[in-house]
Amino acid sequence: MSISRRKFLGLIGSAGVGTAVSNSVFAASNKHFTGYPESFAVLHDSVRCVGCRQCEEACNKVNDLPEPDQPFSDASVLDKKRRTTAKAYTVVNRHDRAKDGIAPVFNKTQCNHCLEPACASACFVKAFKKTKTGAVTYDASVCVGCRYCMMACPFDIPAYEYDNALSPKVVKCTMCQPRILEGKLPGCVESCPREALVFGKRDDLIKIARNRIARYPKNYVDHIYGEHEMGGTSWMYLSGVAFQKIGMREDLGIKPAPELTSGALSVVPMVAALWPVLLTGVYAITKRKEKIENEEKNQAVNSAIKATKAVAELKIGEALAKAEKEQEEIVEKAVKSAVDNAVKANTEEAA
Amino acid sequence: MDEIAIIAPEKRLFTPFNIVSGIIVLMGLIITVIRFTKGLGAVTNLSDYNPWGIWIGFDLLVGVALAAGGYVTSAAVYIFGLKRFHFAVRPAVLTGFLGYLFVVIALTYDVGRPWRLPYPFIMQSGTTSLLFEVAACVSLYLTVLFLEFSPAALEWLGLKKARKLAVNLTIVLTIFGVILSTLHQSSLGALFLIAPSKLHPLWYSPYLPVFFFISSIVAGLSMVIFESSLSSRFFIDKMDSAHIAGKDQLILGFGKAASVVLAGYFAIKVIGVSAGDNWHLLATPYGIWFLVELLGFVALPCLLYAIGVRDRNLKLIKWTSLLAVLGIILNRFNVSLVAFNWHLPSNERYFPHWMEIGISLFIVTLGILVFRFIVTRMPIFYEHPDYPEEH
Ligand code: SF4
Ligand code: SF4
Ligand code: SF4
Repeated sequence: MSISRRKFLGLIGSAGVGTAVSNSVFAASNKHFTGYPESFAVLHDSVRCVGCRQCEEACNKVNDLPEPDQPFSDASVLDKKRRTTAKAYTVVNRHDRAKDGIAPVFNKTQCNHCLEPACASACFVKAFKKTKTGAVTYDASVCVGCRYCMMACPFDIPAYEYDNALSPKVVKCTMCQPRILEGKLPGCVESCPREALVFGKRDDLIKIARNRIARYPKNYVDHIYGEHEMGGTSWMYLSGVAFQKIGMREDLGIKPAPELTSGALSVVPMVAALWPVLLTGVYAITKRKEKIENEEKNQAVNSAIKATKAVAELKIGEALAKAEKEQEEIVEKAVKSAVDNAVKANTEEAA
Repeated sequence: MDEIAIIAPEKRLFTPFNIVSGIIVLMGLIITVIRFTKGLGAVTNLSDYNPWGIWIGFDLLVGVALAAGGYVTSAAVYIFGLKRFHFAVRPAVLTGFLGYLFVVIALTYDVGRPWRLPYPFIMQSGTTSLLFEVAACVSLYLTVLFLEFSPAALEWLGLKKARKLAVNLTIVLTIFGVILSTLHQSSLGALFLIAPSKLHPLWYSPYLPVFFFISSIVAGLSMVIFESSLSSRFFIDKMDSAHIAGKDQLILGFGKAASVVLAGYFAIKVIGVSAGDNWHLLATPYGIWFLVELLGFVALPCLLYAIGVRDRNLKLIKWTSLLAVLGIILNRFNVSLVAFNWHLPSNERYFPHWMEIGISLFIVTLGILVFRFIVTRMPIFYEHPDYPEEH
């Protein structure tokens, strides 16, 4: 049921991909988005994978990557767990399942081309874009090299050119977007001898996967990894053992990455709108308090002055009255003594 | 008076302070050359699993938090009308400005193509990114701090008209500064919201932005106390009577505020644990580490501040400010480095390369040198005689 190269070309023709898809790109947004219905995807069936690493080799070739340290035919590479690097967009790992009494399981890792990519939602220059074909593309010509995309990716996919001093790039699988636009299959899909990789419309692949699970329920776990993980991915997986056992996280949940931060982002306009009002308010209150304090101070001063004035007036009045009285007394005394003197003089004269 | 000689500039060139900082600067320059000729890989232990190391964890996250003294102090004085702390605004604004300036300088080491740092604003804006918000607010706030600081420089240069203009902007700038700080202090925490699968559940919380914002207030208050006690040791000869007379009041006032805010912070951290229903995780090694942070570096300084204020024990408050500052550093390290990627096996975890530490040290040293240059020349700790009681 896998899609052969010829079938694929027909598919491309019918979908009119070459022209319809063109180069239009869509950025990550915070709105709910369920993927592009016509978008392509890849299904990796780890039950069929034999770990021949021909996909790795093809990827290396179609992307002009540097020669690996050990040749692709060297199986000892599989003894160590590996991850994607700046020199390898995809890696196949062997997971020994002797404990479960079964042969080792091989699993291919590369960018999952999420429907709502964490990397794209994290990038502050929109270097990542989810395209209509399904591929998440990266534009090195705007990338600042902050590596927030790497922090954000739940699958630990993007790698970085740490040895490049001045023009380092973020590196990840491109889903062979240039080849898709030319109407070709991704390099790895084309090279797989066991048809463990299938390329096609995402909706069709989900049907194919369900079909395989239904037909061989003993061989497969009843789960299509990537159908819903992190809001869904364009690269999906089938497995015969729990996905956790072949190095895939099962605790990621189905929430798309942009939803994780949309709450925090939606607070921004609130803060920007409310804070100035609030702060100006507080400032006004502070000012008013000061004003009232000042007024009260002035009032206090005024009434104090008034009080002192009154007191002073009173005192002056008293003093005046006293002075008047004294004056009167003096006058009285003077008059009295004058009268006395006159009386005395009169009596002396009379004598 | 011996301590003053260590850091305060004087005629002698070969003071211990100058020798040590000279060595650090030289080392920094050498690492700078390696960084920009051989790449990040040559000077850091960063990896594909660990794209952010201490240049983000310390220089950016801690740097920005500890530079919060600027907005906290100017808000207290200009908006909440605590006029008696007016003398503390300039030193706090200067430290804030230098803090942010050196955060930006540190970032040029960390990002791959530093000359593209303006790209989010001139090429295309990834507005769905919290990092965009951080970048926008930090760059705007750096401008605000520069303007807030400019009166001191203009007084020094004797440009009266320009100074008057800058002084008239004070309130607007203060309000703007508080908004920008609220936004980017919290969005530094929000940066980690995108990675729930990588950050340990005890630290991951939808409240991360709130945690970062509230703790930045603690950081700001504590840094002002801490710096004020350092400055009154090393730059007391630069201080005017208002500064010397007011600084004890400042330490008491800010210590009290810090105690209250820490209590609130403790409460919301506990709410965070219960909202995530993560109580059972407290019994794990990460849980114990979480408790060390929560009890030793949040609850304890909260208590010590309160006791210090009650007993008017300035010495205790000063030491507590150091503890609180260490607590902020620990928290930012935990979120960005220790509890991040906790699910990875130890051989895939990150530990800083000595050259990364070297660059961080280099940048802190440059900051101190520039601070010293400015406070010994410009009216920071005293009012300029030409502009008495005017601002
Ligand atoms: S797997 Fe990672 S790098 Fe690939 S699209 Fe998803 S988030 Fe981006
Ligand atoms: S490293 Fe480049 S692509 Fe990744 S988030 Fe930063 S600017 Fe975007
Ligand atoms: S799709 Fe292309 S780039 Fe991606 S792993 Fe396959 S060959 Fe490599």
